[in-house]
Amino acid sequence: MNQRAADRDHLAYWRRNLRYVGVLLSIWALASYGAGIVFADALDTIRIPGTGFPLGFWFAQQGAIYVFVVLIFVYVFLMNRLDREFDVDERDEGGAA
Amino acid sequence: MTVLQWTATLVGLSFALYIGIAIWSRAHSTSEFYVAGKGVHPLANGMATAADWMSAASFISMAGIVSFLGYDGSVYLMGWTGGYVLLALLLAPYLRKFGAFTVPDFVGDRYYSQTARVVAVICAIFVSFTYVAGQMRGVGIVFSRFLEIDITLGVAIGMGIVFFYAVLGGMKGITYTQVAQYCVLIFAYTVPAIFLSMMITGIPIPQIGFGAAERETGTFLLDRLNGLHEELGFAAYTDGTKSTLDVLAITAALMVGTAGLPHVIIRFYTVPRVRDARLSVGWALVFIALLYTAAPAVAVFARTNLLNTVTDQPYAEMPEWFTKWETTGLISYEDHNGDGLIQYVGADAVNQAGTPVRNELTIDRDIMVLANPEIARLPNWVVGLVAAGGLAAALSTAAGLLLVLSAAISHDLLKRNWRPDISEQGELIAARVSAGLAVLVAGYLGINPPGFVAEVVAFAFGLAAASFFPVIILGIFSKRLNREGAISGMLCGITLTAAYIVYFKFVNPAANLAENWWFGISPEGIGAIGTAVNFAVAIVVSRYTPPPPPEAQRLVERIRLPRGAGEAHEISG
Repeated sequence: MNQRAADRDHLAYWRRNLRYVGVLLSIWALASYGAGIVFADALDTIRIPGTGFPLGFWFAQQGAIYVFVVLIFVYVFLMNRLDREFDVDERDEGGAA
Repeated sequence: MTVLQWTATLVGLSFALYIGIAIWSRAHSTSEFYVAGKGVHPLANGMATAADWMSAASFISMAGIVSFLGYDGSVYLMGWTGGYVLLALLLAPYLRKFGAFTVPDFVGDRYYSQTARVVAVICAIFVSFTYVAGQMRGVGIVFSRFLEIDITLGVAIGMGIVFFYAVLGGMKGITYTQVAQYCVLIFAYTVPAIFLSMMITGIPIPQIGFGAAERETGTFLLDRLNGLHEELGFAAYTDGTKSTLDVLAITAALMVGTAGLPHVIIRFYTVPRVRDARLSVGWALVFIALLYTAAPAVAVFARTNLLNTVTDQPYAEMPEWFTKWETTGLISYEDHNGDGLIQYVGADAVNQAGTPVRNELTIDRDIMVLANPEIARLPNWVVGLVAAGGLAAALSTAAGLLLVLSAAISHDLLKRNWRPDISEQGELIAARVSAGLAVLVAGYLGINPPGFVAEVVAFAFGLAAASFFPVIILGIFSKRLNREGAISGMLCGITLTAAYIVYFKFVNPAANLAENWWFGISPEGIGAIGTAVNFAVAIVVSRYTPPPPPEAQRLVERIRLPRGAGEAHEISG
């Protein structure tokens, strides 16, 4: 592969990465700033069935944290796949360092 | 066995374990000393990061703060976990690929400037010292209350332990000790939480239990707590009293501050590959979330137990824990109406006749987690376990911070600035000496705390948010950002944040009221504004000054691709 094709490839890789990050950070903001803070009062009128949790309060003290954990693992999965697709993943270099 | 015997045994055993690990994992090179030879498994690094991150504040204070603030306490729960998403998506993989030892390394190289490096070093040192003083204080409190040792001796013992494994093992020793400390602290946090949840709701999972019905009365625990709060004149537990904008700003400042703290960032330099760095942030957050989702449950249980124990009860019949904490000055009682009963009430409390009732009880919120097992009459060994857990949390964080301090002095200042020709062995000795000195200063601050330790925590986060975060992100995501932009951005961000906090916390604390704040944003939340200003200034200044040289642009291209991380540290190390 010549240098120009490689550069084009790297640019496409970077754009896909930015798209993933953009989508995941939107969900991040919606779960915490959205459901946990701005819309918390509105969501508090709903209760999680069978529990004493008002929904907004639950998002602020539990739900947002669970969403954060899931987001990171989704990102790890997406990026590992993307690295392989664009052949920029790490071979076993450094793995045993 | 008594509480004291259990505490001494469990604390002694945990200390023996830490020392054993330190001897087994001595550091032989600067790479091992600063970044554990970049050979830490992502799962182990996740655990170590969790212990590094969860300080005495998370273990001892957080559930207590949430317990007193109710919904408003959510800013800490979300703020101190949400930053990990930013770390994973925006920072950790790229900094690992860059492959240096410290945060100022990145700032200095990316912005081809010793000035930028020195500004970063000063921020790193300030943030870390602020933080470490608080940890040593936590160590002192645990020792004095549970082992009935003088606070000074307590801090000295804590210093000795940290000195031993941080100076001997560097990052390698610290990492494996932190793995053990994580296990101790999470066990110590979870066991009482499960006990409490079982006792109060009959459900063994605290995260579910605090949304369940109380076993005795059959009403939902949160409803009952809101009812009690209303009766006693406190704001409802599940609603807040802070303004929405302030809650947003504080949460944002804590999130961004977390992602900008040098002792957290540095942990992701220790894994072998870029993909391990991403994964390792995920594991770190899993381990942190175990405690952070249990904390609000502990807060609710503690609040309910406390109100049930003290409300309108005779002062003379208070249990032993009450008098013990009174002697430390962290609980105080003043019988305003002379009836011998404890009236613990909020600002709007009135009695049946409609006349206002004065509050008679003052409780330091830091003691809730430590006192909780005793308030709930849990077995003695659980009380001892909590003490060992609190010490593990404080010591692990202190060690991580000391390493940042020692690396800032021996690597960023000595090696990269003053004496670039220093040998590997010379730098290793310098690193050990500076770690040792940092322990002494931290211990001194722990014994003679500046009266404003709690206040300066806001400072540490605000500063980390307003200084590092924007220039690191822009350094990765923008090739156009140059030296002039980065330095002016950092300086404006820090100056604004520092000025706002210093004004309201030190110069004119009387004016620290919502009506005097900009847009109702408290000093705790100003870091969010400082961050935005840093971003804006950096981008605008870069636009009107020459673009970065080709080497800096190639550096950006290199760190964006994962392949080649294994060799990377040979180049810049």
